[in-house]
Amino acid sequence: MIKIIMGNLIVSLSPHAHGTESVEKNMFGVVIALLPAVLISLFYFGLGSAVVLLSSVAACMFLEWAISKYILKRRPTLSDGSAIVTGLLLGMNLPSNLPVWIILIGALMAIGVGKMSFGGLGNNPFNPALVGRCILLVSFPAQMTSWPVAGQMSSYLDAETGATPLSVMKAAIKTGNSDLLTTLPDTFHMLLGNNPLGGAGTIGEVCAIALLLGFIYLLWKKVITWHIPVTIITTVFVFSGLLHLASPVYANPFVVILSGGIMLGAIFMATDYVTSPMTHKGQIIYGIAIGFLTIVIRNWGSYPEGMSFAILIMNAFTPLINLYTKPKRFGEKLNR
Amino acid sequence: MKLFTFRIGGVHPQEHKLTADIPTKEAALPKAAVFPLGQHIGAPARPVVKRGDKVKVGTLIAEANGFVSAPIYSSVSGTVAKIDTSIDATGYRQPVIIINVEGDEWEEGIDRSSELENMEAHPELTAEEIIERIKIAGITGMGGASFPTFIKLCPPPTAKAECIIVNAVECEPYITADYRLMMEHAAEILVGLKLLMKAAKVEKGYIGIEENKPKAIELLTELTVEDSQITIVPLAMKYPQGGEKQLVDAVIGRQVPAPPAIPVNVGAIVQNVGTVFAVYQAVMKHKPLFERYTTVTGEHIKQPGNFLVRMGTPFKDLIAACGGLPDGDNKVLAGGPMMGKSVISLEVPVTKGTNSITVLTDADAHRKPIEPCIRCGKCVEVCPMGLEPYLLATLSAFKHYERLEQEDVVSCISCGSCQFTCPSHRPILDNILQGKGVVMSRIKARNQK
Amino acid sequence: MNFVLTAVCVLGAIALVAAIVLYVVSKKFAVEEDPRIGEVTALLPGANCGGCGFAGCSGMAGALVCGADKGSIEGLVCPVGGEEVMKQVADALGITVAIAEAMVAVVRCNGSCAHRPRIAAYDGLHTCAAMHATGAGETGCGFGCLGCGDCVEACLFDAIHINEETGLPEVDENKCTSCGACVKACPRHIIELRKKGPKGRRVYVQCVNMDKGAVAKKACEVACIGCGKCEKVCKFEAITIEKNLSYIDYNKCRLCTKCVDECPTGAIVKINFPLKKMVNTEVVSQESEVKV
Repeated sequence: MIKIIMGNLIVSLSPHAHGTESVEKNMFGVVIALLPAVLISLFYFGLGSAVVLLSSVAACMFLEWAISKYILKRRPTLSDGSAIVTGLLLGMNLPSNLPVWIILIGALMAIGVGKMSFGGLGNNPFNPALVGRCILLVSFPAQMTSWPVAGQMSSYLDAETGATPLSVMKAAIKTGNSDLLTTLPDTFHMLLGNNPLGGAGTIGEVCAIALLLGFIYLLWKKVITWHIPVTIITTVFVFSGLLHLASPVYANPFVVILSGGIMLGAIFMATDYVTSPMTHKGQIIYGIAIGFLTIVIRNWGSYPEGMSFAILIMNAFTPLINLYTKPKRFGEKLNR
Repeated sequence: MKLFTFRIGGVHPQEHKLTADIPTKEAALPKAAVFPLGQHIGAPARPVVKRGDKVKVGTLIAEANGFVSAPIYSSVSGTVAKIDTSIDATGYRQPVIIINVEGDEWEEGIDRSSELENMEAHPELTAEEIIERIKIAGITGMGGASFPTFIKLCPPPTAKAECIIVNAVECEPYITADYRLMMEHAAEILVGLKLLMKAAKVEKGYIGIEENKPKAIELLTELTVEDSQITIVPLAMKYPQGGEKQLVDAVIGRQVPAPPAIPVNVGAIVQNVGTVFAVYQAVMKHKPLFERYTTVTGEHIKQPGNFLVRMGTPFKDLIAACGGLPDGDNKVLAGGPMMGKSVISLEVPVTKGTNSITVLTDADAHRKPIEPCIRCGKCVEVCPMGLEPYLLATLSAFKHYERLEQEDVVSCISCGSCQFTCPSHRPILDNILQGKGVVMSRIKARNQK
Repeated sequence: MNFVLTAVCVLGAIALVAAIVLYVVSKKFAVEEDPRIGEVTALLPGANCGGCGFAGCSGMAGALVCGADKGSIEGLVCPVGGEEVMKQVADALGITVAIAEAMVAVVRCNGSCAHRPRIAAYDGLHTCAAMHATGAGETGCGFGCLGCGDCVEACLFDAIHINEETGLPEVDENKCTSCGACVKACPRHIIELRKKGPKGRRVYVQCVNMDKGAVAKKACEVACIGCGKCEKVCKFEAITIEKNLSYIDYNKCRLCTKCVDECPTGAIVKINFPLKKMVNTEVVSQESEVKV
């Protein structure tokens, strides 16, 4: 910074005013929007959720600080809040009975590999939290796909596990037995996260209502626009609805959009500023592609959930989308 | 009431219209008045006085030098002290005429009465005559850009003007000079608009006013109830509505194509409300342009106000009249906080384009620390020209000028919306302007070949 | 074993087809290149620094060959290889080349914090180009160094650095290859390539201010005020005054340093002269006559 000597006027180019926007404000907006989902997860998973979320956030913050200070040797950027967001989102994407040492590896992958190795906030091509999650998913498939049954408040590693709606859907497609789908909870229960199946899924994806509350908050505070979440959910709904009409082994589209990570991914992960396209046109293309890929992976891939992979794949296409979707220049359309 | 506005981008800066209800005062005469020769777009004027000459208020002191240029008149009476260089708003030294003030004697022929001259009283005025008088009076755009007004009234043969749009938007924060002018001289402004319509041979006139000035909208609507030619257009508040192209889009719903197209290519001639008033005075009162309405304002200024200022008055005189500079770090702007120029010294004089002197203090005066770009796309969302500011800034920082040109950097109107909205407080516009400068000079060089 | 055979056959077939295609294409679309370009490229240092103004050494080689066809490669200098390489290149191309004199970048501003009071504080993008566009910078001098280090950024040889104390760039003579990148980068055209001079001795005006004397002096203690004393004292007509600014033609200057002593503001400086006593001007001029 330049030293300002008393009495001297300050000069710079225009503009001299600045709005109220800041990186911190946006990041903490996301954190606040995640709060309902965090609280609900504490209600369903109790101790397990608390341990996973806390260790994930703490690990991400520590790694961000340590890497920027000792490896990159620059001013630590903890205060911008991006590490907290990454930590929270990573935690939300994990099962509530995951051992801490795996979470630490996940945080290292998310912050170290996914973010800081590219130069820190703003330079990462892939969503750091998803990089962490996907590396864990392929490295520790057993631990990452055992889902504790909701309602065990005081258990952590010893929690009982059960089948999730997604695994039921997958089984129905694999066996071609559409009767399996009758065990799925109805739409209302899916919204609340009250799952009679027993297994619930990751910490963050239990309750769609809580996530939608967060979405409304983000829209209200203008942290994100509607384009990405709405196009993803609509695409998933339309595509899975068509499949459902074509064959009964594919689940009801209402259940599909409320199950698994669709809501969490569409609202919080795909909308990550750094890795999503800049223009609304691009965001719509991006959203449609994510929705489509998710259903393809879910129904015909080897994993029951495809949201995180779909987002990562489209992250890779973001620069290309940016290149080909230019905003409409002033003067291109005439006359009202 | 249906509110119109432009269709792409825009931001909503805080208003800070501190001086909206303060009636205009006449500013005291300076001890010495400074007249920069290049205070308009185009060739600097050529001095026609020399050291020791006596001048009166309204005496021609420098004549237009070429087609795109404007004459300059003395705003004070006294003796020409010297023709020298002096610091301008940017800190570079420019040729100026300095006049020591003695008394306040006006040229004969200037009608100083406040009587309203109607169009009906002067049926003899032809379009050519009006344009000639505007040219002679040295009127330039008074919204800030200072483009000679008469040139706008003579469109190139390929374009045909259909309407005059009066820019009474005043979308910049703080400034209230145009608002006060409308409240105090509404009738004169309407006559001025009639004159411009006659000069441009058009049948339609619009006055675009933002909704944060309801009194002005009401007053002007009342005065034009029976006039079918003039329409008052209330506009939704959004910056940069006062930009020529944005205003045309907001008022008549036509978008001016990319440069080199100008508003008249879609049939509109845009004039600032201050310019319209100056046109009235020049044509009806034979008064050349030597004084203007200027707001002196700032959150920490003791008595902010609106002033009728003689051009050539140094900023320091006006600021002193408002209680002096506040303590602390100050940034003094010629213009508003969005597009104003920060001045390096308070010796800088008021010129034809100085619509406001804005003083920002302490936290407002400093820029916030720069953080990395998080690619949120907010700059793309707010760009009123449909550009991608993040990309332009990066390309210009890395000196990729060819790509920069392909990305339409020349369309940038430097409104600053991108930098205003950037959550990372990045110097987006600083970068773009520098790149744009290089691209413009490259295009110029290419065209000369 | 059957599958191994199949694999080998298939891959072999693919390789054969690809080889034929590559061969045909390379013959059909071959671009004729002057063989000398390859030869010259081999002579160049291969640093691909771009200091010569071309994109890499092969670009330079192309320009050299092209120049040789026209009979002159004047103005084309490899800053890394210097005279030696240029001589080899000239030999290879069969033309003679006048050996260019060693040049060095010179910063013509001495407006340090102590000499040039700040009258404003700049608070924008930290590059000289942006600051130059904003206005005159932080001082009353609209010509002098802005101190943001665009030249430092431009230098590929680590030869120019901002001195923390003075806020001005300083050239490391040993590293400077006179490639001119800093000259182009400076928005105020303060940096100039000047003759390095015998034993690195140079005399030059360390100011580019074209304001009138009083104004310049007010803005900066060590500004050239255009008084013309140096012009009068110079015996070799090396000094000219234009627009209130003195300029020393390095081709005419005999390094007598009389102007340095005459200058009332200290705007003319001498570099690399023995420190202590006054230099015997005659000896120096003779010496330089021999060398120049």
